[in-house]
Amino acid sequence: MVLAVIELAARTELIPSRFLPPPTAVAVRIVAEAAQGRFWLAIVDTLAGWALGLGIAALIAIPAGILIGSSEFVYRATRPIIEFLRPVPSVALIPLVFLLFSPSLEGKVFLAVFAATWPLLVQTQYGIRNVLPLQLDTARSFQISRHRVIFRVLLPSALPYLATGLRIASTVSLILVITGEIVLGAPGIGKAINEAREGAAVELMYGYVLIAGMLGVMLNAVFAGVERRALHWHASQRGTTT
Amino acid sequence: MLKLEGVSKRYGDENTGVLAVRDLTFEIGEGEVVTVVGPSGCGKTTILKLMAGLLAPSSGAVTIDGRPLVKPPLEIALVFQDYSASLYPWMRVAENVRFPLDPKRVSSAEATGRVERALESVGLTRFADSYPWQLSGGMQQRVAIARGIAYQPKILLMDEPFGALDAQTRAELEDLVMRVRDEFGVTIVFVTHDIDESVYIADRVLIMGPRPTYVEQELVVGLPHPRDQITSKEDPSFAHLRGIVYRSIRESTQAMASVAKDPER
Repeated sequence: MVLAVIELAARTELIPSRFLPPPTAVAVRIVAEAAQGRFWLAIVDTLAGWALGLGIAALIAIPAGILIGSSEFVYRATRPIIEFLRPVPSVALIPLVFLLFSPSLEGKVFLAVFAATWPLLVQTQYGIRNVLPLQLDTARSFQISRHRVIFRVLLPSALPYLATGLRIASTVSLILVITGEIVLGAPGIGKAINEAREGAAVELMYGYVLIAGMLGVMLNAVFAGVERRALHWHASQRGTTT
Repeated sequence: MLKLEGVSKRYGDENTGVLAVRDLTFEIGEGEVVTVVGPSGCGKTTILKLMAGLLAPSSGAVTIDGRPLVKPPLEIALVFQDYSASLYPWMRVAENVRFPLDPKRVSSAEATGRVERALESVGLTRFADSYPWQLSGGMQQRVAIARGIAYQPKILLMDEPFGALDAQTRAELEDLVMRVRDEFGVTIVFVTHDIDESVYIADRVLIMGPRPTYVEQELVVGLPHPRDQITSKEDPSFAHLRGIVYRSIRESTQAMASVAKDPER
């Protein structure tokens, strides 16, 4: 319905088609583009940046979150720093990235890591801090080793929080990677969007924007699916109220 | 085997803190079933945590086989009242029972055997692959008992384990506890606020006084084994012992109520 209205508005030049081309034209253009190597290369570049960004953020945020969450002292000591750094918008770091990196993978990954680390760190901390005291007392009474407590009690118990954190971090990582590509000119969908704009290929530009949106939806769906499987034991996923 | 000598526990500091337990001295012998019964809020859970090594005494000593307890020992396994939080919902029943068996101490084959035997003796073999939250409350507490047994402790410490269960389930599990004792030769310390239960399953009852609590009285239960929910409770000596426990608890409760009304006393 919405698509039909846009189509009509664009075809009748109610909105000039150099601003908003007809959706059918966009579709035709992007399908044609998909026959070319550079289209897939752009997607691969963007996904590589996304995965690296999210992966590195996870490697930093999850262990740090466990450490901070399991000690009241570390929690209090680090809170001011975290509360100060967390609200810093990643895009404000772009000038810094220009100074530090060439327009390549590292720059956009740096932005993605910086942005994705915070939500994941905060979620991990909360998850660890919300473990039921009795679950820890039980483990302690059975002399369960620290290593096993972390991997079989703390982490599973914090998993609902972690899953939410990962989903947010995934979205944030994708956004920042594409931002990095547009602003820094690192290869990927963002750069393709920018180049299409410079070449006045409006249909193509919209086509790539659409692809970026579809990537976001797909990644979110993948995470939601994994979350459902991993948390089947959790009250929110059981489907009954007992 | 497990010995408390002059144990006291104060929460908070010397002047403003609350004394929960004062001058506690008793000993648990091998193979005994000892129940600890007392008025609500007298500090029973504190005593249990002291015995389990989860809490350090403010003064006095807790020893097991002559060794001082500084952390939870391998000789003791705990069964908590709140089974739903004490069992891990992300592990299946068999995994929960197996979890305390550290692979460094217990071989895999040995662990599998212990888990099977423990589940069999609590009648849950069919539910090994279920999740705890798929089971009823009574069955979940059976899982917790199986976990305790599989650990092969010398002492099974139970903290009001059947407090949240209905009367019939409770009766079944009381009989289960006594069967477990006979089958595995484990010593059982059982904290409860249920007066009938404290006499029915016990060889010896420790009646606790009001807060700060201490051993008010000690009863030896001479009822013949095996106990039976109907005939044992018809025995005149059951009624007699039950009366003693009840009287003591009523006095303690009144004492605590008058202190609460008039804290200056």
